[in-house]
Amino acid sequence: MGRGPWFWLGAVAVLAAAVIYPLLTDSYTVGNTVYFFNWAFMALGLCLIWGYGGALSFGQTAFFGIAGYAYGVITVDFGSDFGLTLWALLGAVAISALVAAVLGYFLFFGRINGVFLGIVTLAVTLVLERFMAQTAGPEWHIGAARLNGFNGMSGMPPLTIPWPGSDDPIALTPDIPLYYVVLGLLVVTYLALRILVNSSFGNVLVAIRENPLRATMLGYDVRKYQLGAFVIGSALAGLSGVLYTSWGQYITPSSMGITAAALPIVWVAVGGRSDLTTTLLGTIVLIGGFQALTVYGSQYALVVMGLLLVLTVLLAPEGLVAALALLPGKLLRRRAGENA
Amino acid sequence: MVDAVVGFLYQFGDAAAFLILAASGLAIIFGMMGVINLAHGEFIMAGAYTTVSVAKLGVPLPLAIGCGALVAGLIGIVLERLVIRHLYRRPLDTIVATWGVSLIASQGTLILLGPSLSDISTPLGSVQIGDLSYSVYRFVLMGTAAAILLALYLLFTFTRFGVLARATIQVPHMAEALGVNTRLIYSLTFGIGAALAGATGGLYAPTMTLVPTMGSQFITEAFVTVVTGGGDVFLGTAPAGVMLGFIRAAITSWEGQLAGQIGLLVAVIIVIRILPRGISGLILRERA
Repeated sequence: MGRGPWFWLGAVAVLAAAVIYPLLTDSYTVGNTVYFFNWAFMALGLCLIWGYGGALSFGQTAFFGIAGYAYGVITVDFGSDFGLTLWALLGAVAISALVAAVLGYFLFFGRINGVFLGIVTLAVTLVLERFMAQTAGPEWHIGAARLNGFNGMSGMPPLTIPWPGSDDPIALTPDIPLYYVVLGLLVVTYLALRILVNSSFGNVLVAIRENPLRATMLGYDVRKYQLGAFVIGSALAGLSGVLYTSWGQYITPSSMGITAAALPIVWVAVGGRSDLTTTLLGTIVLIGGFQALTVYGSQYALVVMGLLLVLTVLLAPEGLVAALALLPGKLLRRRAGENA
Repeated sequence: MVDAVVGFLYQFGDAAAFLILAASGLAIIFGMMGVINLAHGEFIMAGAYTTVSVAKLGVPLPLAIGCGALVAGLIGIVLERLVIRHLYRRPLDTIVATWGVSLIASQGTLILLGPSLSDISTPLGSVQIGDLSYSVYRFVLMGTAAAILLALYLLFTFTRFGVLARATIQVPHMAEALGVNTRLIYSLTFGIGAALAGATGGLYAPTMTLVPTMGSQFITEAFVTVVTGGGDVFLGTAPAGVMLGFIRAAITSWEGQLAGQIGLLVAVIIVIRILPRGISGLILRERA
């Protein structure tokens, strides 16, 4: 997947549909759709780390939270004039990437692999969650920004784009302009990751996933490649965090907790972790589906999610989207086999 | 002075017992089978719920805890048959699948049994040492943790099942060729791990509030203990539980409960950086 004219034709069709979509519906639904898109960055990042690199990080929400809080602290302290929110976005993503680099150095250069990596990243995430949860008191503040413990941090401005010749910058509240900005970011991110995984970096990453020892013997420093993928993926998780925080103007420690931490893994695993496209489609469909489920039968949403997860792992290890995409080919081949 | 020392030892023993009990079932399933069981907390929850329900019928507590272990063990065997069995070659996928099971179990319990189950009181009262009083039941928990480790050691070292289990885990195909029913051994091993989780739930049921998500209070601590310990239950989990219990008690008495929890997790990250295969890896000189 990801190559050939049919794929790109399909991609252009999907993109065209996404571009005209806001014209067909009301602005509330569009704002809601942006919410689905916000998470896709984190899922794509995890797809790079886990699906391509074979390193299951259970702690992507840590970077989501770090960047979300960083955005909040920067914007509350420095305001939103002069396009400062965009600098806050970049700064927050950079902070999450930096933390990922430090943590990743410890993990990968300590040769922590496989299941241990998942458990340590989860432990780090839970430390962060517990730490942020107890910052309710007034002594916990950075500048003017109160961290507010479990009540969550609020009051940060949405993203704004300064417009030359106008005093009022464009505020990107959950509405049509934000939709196009996030859609644009998503397309750019997807294409950039697509180029990355098709490059030699991506090939080495897959080689490491398949057999780390062999990759080492071929002269690649496994640790550097894994660290690279981890930092990129975590920066994307940070981008998700910033977009989420500026979207809802709110972030809480529970967005890092164990349930939240497992969700990206669910999306990526169920969608199909071995390919960026299946991850992207799976994530958006799953988030949309679960939101609908929560609306119509909130109690059963988690049960359905669990069931879906178990069945996917057992019956379609490559993911549901991948399984569906490969199904026509399989059926055709079987037909051909019968005729022969 | 004496009070401080006794108080610290009590806190240390309590923390170590909690870590060892919470982790032992997980350690067997992980160390022997390589399966990451994220539904471990839900086995604990199942054990606690069963224990309390049975105890309320008038059954004495130790027997009720036994029932809790039995029920959790049986659920474990069923789960192994239905799901885990298909995933032995894909350890990372066991994380995903058991996480799904855990979601179904905790949310299903919430739907079926409501937000909480009424508690039973902590038995045995308290004892006065120096100026402070201590819960006797906590001492029983410490003793039980030691007894369970001893029982596991005896089971896996001196019984026929233990020998077959270790053979199966080391070289499955050879064991099979020699006529060992490896599928049964895997089933039973998983069942024992689950039963230990159930017993842990039963043991702690009188000391805590029973809610469907109670498993999550155990699972992080259980995992970090297993990771620090490494693959071996006796050379890993036990010393890890003692060491982490000490760290936790020390930081807790110095800075408070939350600092204790955070200190524990930070300690684990440092240990893992130094010993990627855990304490048992160091003792057994496994190559990382």
